[in-house]
Amino acid sequence: MTRNLSLFAGLALLFILTGMLQSWNLSLNILNLALLSAIMAIGVNIQWGYAGLFSTGIVGSVALGGLAVGLVSAPRVPEGWAAGGPRILGALIFGALAVALAIWIYRRLPKGRVRLLAVSLFLVVAFFIYRAILDPAVVAVEANNPAQAGHIGGLGLNSLLAWPVGALMAAGAAWIIGKIALGLREDYLAIATLGIAEIIVAVMRNEDWLDRGVKNLIDLPRPWPVPYEVNMQTHPDYVDFVTRAGFDAITFSTIFVKLLYAAMFGLVLLALIWLCERALNSPWGRMVRAIRDNEVSAAAMGKDVKWRHLQIFMIGSAVVGLAGAMMTSMEGQITPGSYLPLRFTFLIWVMVIVGGSGNNWGAVLGGMLIGWLYLAVEFLGPQMMEQITRGLPPGDLKSHLLDSAAHMRLLTLGVVLLVVLRFAPKGLIPEK
Amino acid sequence: MDILNAFVAFANFVLVPGLTYGSQLALGALGITLIFGVLRFSNFAHGDTMAFGTAFVILFTWWFQSMGISDGFLPTALLALPFGIAVTIAMVLGTDRVVYRFYRRQRAKPIILVIVSAGVMFVMNGLVRMIIGTSEKNFSDGSRFLLDPKVFRDATGLAEPLAIKTTQAVTVVVAILCVAALFWFLQKTRTGKSMRAYADNEDLALLSGINPDRVVMVTWIIAGTLACIAGTLYGLDKSFRVFVYFGLMLPIFAAAIVGGLGSPLGAIVGGYVIAFSELLVTSAWRKIAGYILPDGWLGDGLYQALSTDYKVAVSFVILIVVLLVRPQGIFGGK
Amino acid sequence: MAEPFLIGDGMTGGYGTVDILHNCTISVEKGQIAVIVGPNGAGKSTAMKAVFGMLKLRGGAVRLDGEDITTLTPQARVRKGMGFVPQTHNIFTTMTVEENLEMGAFIRTDTGIAGTMEQVYDLFPILKQKRYQPAGELSGGQRQQVAVGRALMTQPKVLMLDEPTAGVSPIVMDELFDRIIEIARTGISILMVEQNARQALEIADKGYVLVQGANRFTDTGKALMADPEVRRSFLGG
Repeated sequence: MTRNLSLFAGLALLFILTGMLQSWNLSLNILNLALLSAIMAIGVNIQWGYAGLFSTGIVGSVALGGLAVGLVSAPRVPEGWAAGGPRILGALIFGALAVALAIWIYRRLPKGRVRLLAVSLFLVVAFFIYRAILDPAVVAVEANNPAQAGHIGGLGLNSLLAWPVGALMAAGAAWIIGKIALGLREDYLAIATLGIAEIIVAVMRNEDWLDRGVKNLIDLPRPWPVPYEVNMQTHPDYVDFVTRAGFDAITFSTIFVKLLYAAMFGLVLLALIWLCERALNSPWGRMVRAIRDNEVSAAAMGKDVKWRHLQIFMIGSAVVGLAGAMMTSMEGQITPGSYLPLRFTFLIWVMVIVGGSGNNWGAVLGGMLIGWLYLAVEFLGPQMMEQITRGLPPGDLKSHLLDSAAHMRLLTLGVVLLVVLRFAPKGLIPEK
Repeated sequence: MDILNAFVAFANFVLVPGLTYGSQLALGALGITLIFGVLRFSNFAHGDTMAFGTAFVILFTWWFQSMGISDGFLPTALLALPFGIAVTIAMVLGTDRVVYRFYRRQRAKPIILVIVSAGVMFVMNGLVRMIIGTSEKNFSDGSRFLLDPKVFRDATGLAEPLAIKTTQAVTVVVAILCVAALFWFLQKTRTGKSMRAYADNEDLALLSGINPDRVVMVTWIIAGTLACIAGTLYGLDKSFRVFVYFGLMLPIFAAAIVGGLGSPLGAIVGGYVIAFSELLVTSAWRKIAGYILPDGWLGDGLYQALSTDYKVAVSFVILIVVLLVRPQGIFGGK
Repeated sequence: MAEPFLIGDGMTGGYGTVDILHNCTISVEKGQIAVIVGPNGAGKSTAMKAVFGMLKLRGGAVRLDGEDITTLTPQARVRKGMGFVPQTHNIFTTMTVEENLEMGAFIRTDTGIAGTMEQVYDLFPILKQKRYQPAGELSGGQRQQVAVGRALMTQPKVLMLDEPTAGVSPIVMDELFDRIIEIARTGISILMVEQNARQALEIADKGYVLVQGANRFTDTGKALMADPEVRRSFLGG
């Protein structure tokens, strides 16, 4: 217990040192992202630590959470929606119905070549009908003011509402992929999830009507109750307060906003930990762990292993989706190009394993520690390399080494992962 | 109806690129499938092993070029290839010694090895970035075309040109040589047979006196060689960017799974299945349709089922269909 | 009395902390057939594995031709002249019959491998017919022949068979037993574990009845068959 407390105290010290030696704005920035990482790590820990499911599609859940923010909170674009929104919706509904029908046909027909051929043929025809419905609508929507809009717009609701929506969307995607890949060899789940995540990100990058693609969806409104710094600075009460307290009006407003985010994220994180701890120690949690430790005997005892796995896979993805939505909510923009698997899938994995898989507090510690490391290396790496190469004469080697410092973090994280797996496979805070 | 021109257009846009890309995927998938067969895990670091090998081939190519060494109309990279292969083999053997061997001796679960290989992937990816950077690298030299489109058009009098790039021809030839050598090795040599025996039944292989360390070492050497060759051919044909190689992992895994993980023959067939499916679905068929359809039937539309941005979706869908219908793959073993 | 050719002498041991074998002795003379029988869970296969070195012994010793081999690995024992046919997974299913035999001879460096293979084909003519067929495509009895043939490829002095007739039809079983007698006549000692106790004891020069990891009865096959107590308890009357 003291060990765990001192680990968290050390973590706090890192953030305090960053604040004192660099800047508090930077420290809080890292803290907020680290909190989000911790939530994502909890989601992954639910899948891996509780149930032993290895998913490499975490970035897909994060991206879906981000998309949810775009759909829920982005300002409406009535012209864009009118140009083809309903028709796009119709096409999507048609697509979903076609897939459902294909599955129905698949189940009804007897096994064999005929079935495969019939279903394939049906799907190909359905695909072209779907494109025939969708394409004109997409062209119409994207033609509407392409410089600023060109998409169907959002609902214009509070960004806070997008958080659960993001979780639901991620859970929905997890349901689909889980239905297909759970129950097969565990490597297959890893590869299938890798694929679905790449497709999700590809859709967000290319479907301009949805989220403006690589043109990025910017200026998403902040979630209630976070104010804008500009508005704060002109508010008389605030000005009054800052002058009395003796703070710098601009710096304090930025710090206040970040603190507010930190408080919101911290609250969500604590709520999640509380829920997870309760779940883990309930009969449900014991059953889940029993399944993880011995799938065969759990199945023999009449546990529905596949359904439990699907359930956990969805819950874990939902938590990651929630964090993804929170992140986009804070950043105020969707940039599909930033959803990189190395950053949002494998980094989260490093967090979970370093922290201690199977332990919620471990996931939180790993998430925040690695989150700090990942972002801190960005400024520490070049500084260190500057020191190391001080003695070198200026030239190709020196500039190459200085450049390479920026790529240090992947290497560092890989080494950290390998070292932890080898020498402390249970992580910093092992499972009880 | 102009069948001849339609066929030339088809060959130019689908057949030749498909054979090339399929060969590259097949070589990559062979590495995946061999490692799966012998070491029994899905190696997530394979894409980055390809990138690592290619990075060194590029460095050697530059070095040779700076010394004025070239091999005429063929790319200099072919001369650099053996050196790149040597570095790659050293890297994978070193990785095995430092990382994988520990887990093998422990008889760790395959999924642990998958996660470990993800860690290796990180390290290799970071190394490649540090060594050669993230920008796009073109390192193909020599003559550009084996069959110049203009020459083809003049010779045949057809409206459609057919181009075969030197890199495409090199890819297919090298791939055929590699596959032939690999199959000869696996089917005819004692070491190759012992590798198959070990992949088939580890306990019985041990009982027969087959040395597991040697089998594992040979497997890594072959996988590293194939990865370096596949990566170099891909880089010559397209260009080299480290994250593109990470993205190759999905089609390569799809190819290996479609063919049946552990089956070398399956990996090759899988490679072409994936490559041609990608091209068939993401090519614009307008030009070809223009020759086949009667006059005036051709509307406006590209005749393209999916934009090329969704290439990954094609591999994925094929992967899913195989997982649903025949999880053991076409030539499925276990 | 002279020491038997192969003997597991007073073996005690098990897989974990619990001992399965208790001072158990198994031996076989040159060119003879020794059979281990007993009820389920009596430790028959474990005793055989102990003789072959797949189990760490806490007590006792294994000697082959007078030499103490207790500390050798199974692979080293193969080199010393012991052949082992596991009960299951005893062939390379994706490899041809001939390749299976080749792999059996993997440790041999001499040039007589082709000759040994001919001997195996003489013993099991059906295998010669199917030499280029993947072993996984053969019938159960033929697969057992491949498995035995594979083990013979090292030209062992002792052949150990773990339930060679498990899951094959009675006709195939008789056929297999005939072949095993034939192998023994060439001077190879046979040690086997059998579920089909009655048929196995009929061909056995020596029989061991194990119960709970210890020797209960040891005698010639015929004598055990005649023993009323053995008959009642272990041979079903």
